[in-house]
Amino acid sequence: MLLISCPNCGSRDETEFHYGGQAHVPYPENPNELNDVEWSRYLFYRENTKGAFAERWLHSTGCRQWFNMLRDTVTYDIQAIYPMGTPRPDSPAATSSNPGTKPGTTAPEGATK
Amino acid sequence: MADLLPEHPDFLWRNPEPKSSYDAVIVGGGGHGLATAYFLAKNHGMTNIAVLEKGWLAGGNMARNTTIIRSNYLWDESAAIYEHALKLWEILPEELEYDFLFSQRGVMNLAHTLGDVRESMRRVGANKLNGVDAEWLDPKQVKELCPILNINDNIRYPVMGATYQPRAGIAKHDHVAWAFARKCDELGVDIIQNCEVTGFVKDGNRVVGVKTSQGTINTEKVGLCAAGHSSVLAEMAGFKLPIQSHPLQALVSELHEPVHPTVVMSNHVHVYVSQAHKGELVMGAGVDSYNGYGQRGSFHVIEHQMAAAVELFPIFARAHVLRTWGGIVDTTLDASPIVGTTPVDNMFVNCGWGTGGFKGTPAAGLTFAHTIATGAPHKLNAPFSLERFETGALIDEHGAAAVAH
Repeated sequence: MLLISCPNCGSRDETEFHYGGQAHVPYPENPNELNDVEWSRYLFYRENTKGAFAERWLHSTGCRQWFNMLRDTVTYDIQAIYPMGTPRPDSPAATSSNPGTKPGTTAPEGATK
Repeated sequence: MADLLPEHPDFLWRNPEPKSSYDAVIVGGGGHGLATAYFLAKNHGMTNIAVLEKGWLAGGNMARNTTIIRSNYLWDESAAIYEHALKLWEILPEELEYDFLFSQRGVMNLAHTLGDVRESMRRVGANKLNGVDAEWLDPKQVKELCPILNINDNIRYPVMGATYQPRAGIAKHDHVAWAFARKCDELGVDIIQNCEVTGFVKDGNRVVGVKTSQGTINTEKVGLCAAGHSSVLAEMAGFKLPIQSHPLQALVSELHEPVHPTVVMSNHVHVYVSQAHKGELVMGAGVDSYNGYGQRGSFHVIEHQMAAAVELFPIFARAHVLRTWGGIVDTTLDASPIVGTTPVDNMFVNCGWGTGGFKGTPAAGLTFAHTIATGAPHKLNAPFSLERFETGALIDEHGAAAVAH
């Protein structure tokens, strides 16, 4: 059982949360221009990192807000929790003012506070 | 005292040093890797080959599964490959000259909702058309076949019936691996344990060697059979796979006298139960939701699975959990495996079997060996190509053929 610190509600059991898979997967900017290979990459291919992995979680039985998490997929240690719409904390972009890649369509406004 | 101990029994395989080069190298010494090596040697005469295993032989998912063998899948492509596997299971003990306790005690897939009932009846029809033995059982017939099941309708997930495949069953997983390993060794295959692959040597886009913890090995061809770690190997080779690795847990009770005559699976509540030959109750759960390589999962998954099991089998309430463990399963989005060629020349991949790889072992070996030897897929694995994610010809077994494997 993971103990997850929701940015809004504090530490809660994993059973209160819903997993959302890899974070920072933007919807294609020009969907009409994608070929079959590019669509397959967007639809079916996700990173399957062994080590630090940026992923999305939803506090489904709490505040119902999405957030991002950096978690080690071997030790399961949670290394960072950060708002959606901001770059992963261990990336070069995190140190600049660039807000980074906008995540998918599921992020409610409140999640980015 | 030491001289009173019995002699060590005969070893079933040698532990050779790796040679400097092979005609083919299989990465992964689990069931699929060993079966592939066996069929390469037997059907294609390729005996100058090696199986590399980073740990000990069959110590990954082959040691961690719940040993269920069945072929009652919905879609034609799946029914064909899994039914072929089942037919091989039926002849392999004789062919390998090793009894791995394949017991065709039948598998029941319970239906708990009207939706389940409709899906199950449809699957029984599809199975029959594909030559797979399948029956629909009403709750009374379920109770006759498995008297310890609770078929009262006042429980959270009442039993509204079940599909039944009489030829399905279980086998002793370790013995399966040993049977293949012994025959591979007899045929001249080198099984090299404690040999971790750390990279690949390529000449242009063609793989020509494998870098390992025991040095570099030159090879004409490479076959990847690494289940949960397939993405890691693909990354080393410079291509991507559409799989996600998740922890999948299982557990056993202490030994009991025989109480459970068949195998019962509930796809809706994600629990599957059989009783091993020795007497342990063996139960599997669903995957943990998050990606993981840790070979362990969260306890609430086991708790949920136990709650479902005790409601279905009230007799289990006083049993004790003896051991729980986890394996890393490689899931695809259509819940079907990937067996075929890769973007790298002379490199082939067998992965994505997810939560149901054990039952597929013989067919995975047969078709993957064919693919490696001839460079083109066998007709049984042709639909399970990596390209299907681009063409859209998915084989969507999610929810179609009992997600809980």
